Amino acid sequence: MTAEAKKEPRAFASWLSSLPEKLIPVLAVVTALAIGAIVIWATKASVVKAYRGLIEGALVGVTNFTETLVIATPYTLAGLAVALASRCGLFNIGAEGQFYMGALFAVYVGFAVKGLPAVVHLPLAVLAGALGGAVWGAIPGILKAKLGAHEVTNAIMLNYIAVKVVDYVVKNPFRDRTSTIPRTPYILPTATLPRLLTDHRVHVGLLIAIAAVFVVYWLLWKTTVGFEIRTVGANPDAAHYAGISVTRNFVLAMVLSGALAGLAGTGEVLGTNRTLPAAFISGYGFDSIAIALIAKNHPLGIFPAAFLWAALRNGAGLMQVRAGISIDLINIVQGLVIIFIAADEIIRGLYRIKRSKDQIRDIVFTRGWGR
Amino acid sequence: MTLALEVRGISKAFPGVQANDHIDFELEKGEIHALLGENGAGKSTLMNILYGLYHPDEGQILLNGEEVKIRESKDAIRMGIGMVHQHFMLIPVFTVAENIMLGMETTRNGLLDRATASRKIKEFAHQFGMEIDPGALVKDLPVGVQQRVEIVKALYRGADILILDEPTAVLTPQEANELFRVMRALAAQGKSIIFITHKLKEVFAVADRITVLRGGKVAGSTTPDKATEAELASMMVGREVLLTVEKKPPRTGDVVLRVENLQVMDERHFMCVDGLCLEVRAGEILGVAGVQGNGQTELVEAITGLRTATGGKIEILNQDTTRYSPREIIERGVAHVPEDRQKHGLVLSYPLVDNLVLSTYYRKPFCRNAFLLDNKAIDANGRKLVAEYDIRTPSEYTQAGNLSGGNQQKVIVAREFSRQSKLVVAAQPTRGLDVGSTEFIHQRLVQQRDAGAAILLISVELDEILSLADRIAVLYKGQIIDTLPAAEATPERLGLLMAGIKKEAAQ
Repeated sequence: MTAEAKKEPRAFASWLSSLPEKLIPVLAVVTALAIGAIVIWATKASVVKAYRGLIEGALVGVTNFTETLVIATPYTLAGLAVALASRCGLFNIGAEGQFYMGALFAVYVGFAVKGLPAVVHLPLAVLAGALGGAVWGAIPGILKAKLGAHEVTNAIMLNYIAVKVVDYVVKNPFRDRTSTIPRTPYILPTATLPRLLTDHRVHVGLLIAIAAVFVVYWLLWKTTVGFEIRTVGANPDAAHYAGISVTRNFVLAMVLSGALAGLAGTGEVLGTNRTLPAAFISGYGFDSIAIALIAKNHPLGIFPAAFLWAALRNGAGLMQVRAGISIDLINIVQGLVIIFIAADEIIRGLYRIKRSKDQIRDIVFTRGWGR
Repeated sequence: MTLALEVRGISKAFPGVQANDHIDFELEKGEIHALLGENGAGKSTLMNILYGLYHPDEGQILLNGEEVKIRESKDAIRMGIGMVHQHFMLIPVFTVAENIMLGMETTRNGLLDRATASRKIKEFAHQFGMEIDPGALVKDLPVGVQQRVEIVKALYRGADILILDEPTAVLTPQEANELFRVMRALAAQGKSIIFITHKLKEVFAVADRITVLRGGKVAGSTTPDKATEAELASMMVGREVLLTVEKKPPRTGDVVLRVENLQVMDERHFMCVDGLCLEVRAGEILGVAGVQGNGQTELVEAITGLRTATGGKIEILNQDTTRYSPREIIERGVAHVPEDRQKHGLVLSYPLVDNLVLSTYYRKPFCRNAFLLDNKAIDANGRKLVAEYDIRTPSEYTQAGNLSGGNQQKVIVAREFSRQSKLVVAAQPTRGLDVGSTEFIHQRLVQQRDAGAAILLISVELDEILSLADRIAVLYKGQIIDTLPAAEATPERLGLLMAGIKKEAAQ
């Protein structure tokens, strides 16, 4: 232990001082499930049956487990997107729109660009997806940097635009005329993200998502780019004073954030669906805000949080079948988790966790209007 | 003589520190009792105990001769103890009257009766020699007046004992004098005042009695007529303190900073700096004196690139830097000790090691190949500077926000002075600091001068300018009204210039 402390004093000190803090998300989930149990009991259903169903549906068996991973993949990437922007003091509520644009760009390159070998076509399609998200993220970033327009307002507007653009394009120019339901043509095999197991939908996108966790961590804490992003997020005035361009970093963070959200959409079309249907309903972009919140905007916390959210969503179906209670119970549980983490005084009060005095909050989820 | 308040043997420990160690303290009725001590001496802990925010481990509190237990601030208020915090507890968008009556509103038929309340409050304040406009919004008032509102608020709640926590830290000298007048008027009407400060001059200006705290203990108690500044300073610090800075005559070189006809606007598009000219040479300290709000902030921000000048020219080492970015100016060899250390100078949530490379992280040795940070070099730099600049901290990984003001300022000074600089711009470098830290920072400034840097020192503390500067420029309404060699400057002459009176000052 002491040897480790000597070797990595920085990491060790911060790890030790924030240990009780780290337990808060876990306790929030436990408490939310406990209250969920009370709700189930109040509806005269069996708590045991319900939760056994939930766990089984989410984790037990290759199919159930890999389906959870399939959902966790976009959650991870979109969660990273929100967390990265938050580190720069920006609230990227536009992950949803960036997700759609990423999916659109990726699917287009996937079905329309022909005659390339897979080693070129697949990376190209993935990059196109990241680019689509990046462009959509850049718009509110640039508007904020140049005009001081709040990123939240513009990102929300762009969410609507993205959804409608995708809807129009899929139903009109990109529509697969051979199909009775409105969707794009299937992507070519050369642009497909390969599956990790035959007969299961889990695909290489999962590995990309996990790699992205470490890349974002590395970028934020081991590079000058990350130092600048975090400094702007923690104190824009001090960043300006130190010669760091605040506006440039606003744009950069939104571009990187958008690219991550775009990758989340990319995985859905190149890996999971292999087409972009007009009935493409995501919600991943909005859920990712909750995931970033649970992870306290730390990249290494994103995957566990994304997995939890995916497991709750994936297990809900079997829970409904086994216990005869509505899937909406999971929404209640998820809502409670968010409340307990956003208002962590509740959890601190319940479990007598003292707010450690020397932890100064380094990120603000969103600032007020203007700069 | 009747005692309004007596504290006997109060002790309070926090993990790792004995913040108060058997403190005895007496406050007579109608007395202004100064509580003097360095940052961290235990002044605030003691006051928070009196105000019910902390509970003592042992000891007694006697109010008018009777022992009392103060469990929470409500108890304190009920017993007639009022506190004016350093950071005001006012609601900016409410009027003065609304702020004062908050929690004890005047009503008629269940509705707020603002008119009656306003009249009552105005009369009430007048009775203590304070004029306030009950209808004004707090956010529109100058800091000095906001503080007056806080005082009236405490008195309105029936305070007989007023605790003023570092009340002058945010005030201009004029506002401070006005505050002292109010304090004397209050004392004359039988109110008792505990005046917390670490500024020696103020103690002599207003206090009836002085108690000095050091390291959680009472280091001594005296009256202003029996003590000298030097005695009090050494009592506070625990050793001899140099109140004046020893320095050799300057060896001046070429002009490093030249400002010509500079014009700078503030956020409200008011021309705060209007036609300002000055020159600073290598090896000298040019002190810029002036009352706060005469363009100091805008001048510094224009020179360091934080704000764009509207007109005129700034040259650093014979190069026009008027339109340079902060980074380009830093690269020219400019060190900047900013006026507001928490806003500009530090990232409070960052560990010291990161704060110490805030403007050099992208350069060797802290960064390899312009992209990868070298955390080992950053950590080593932090360790070295913490030792070299005597920064008192549990570790070099402590978050900057957890340090005292003096140590925060040392972090900034360490960062700025540790790289080779040709020009040092120091804005209010010792504002709010205790004697020990002030002495340290003054010595470092002189050291930089002797090493050949040109130093632009902007300060509203006349004593600081007089003891450090080789030449003194007086800033008045955005212009340098006059520049004097330090030898010819007296507080009287400077005072006239600061008030904008040039003719009489010339004689």
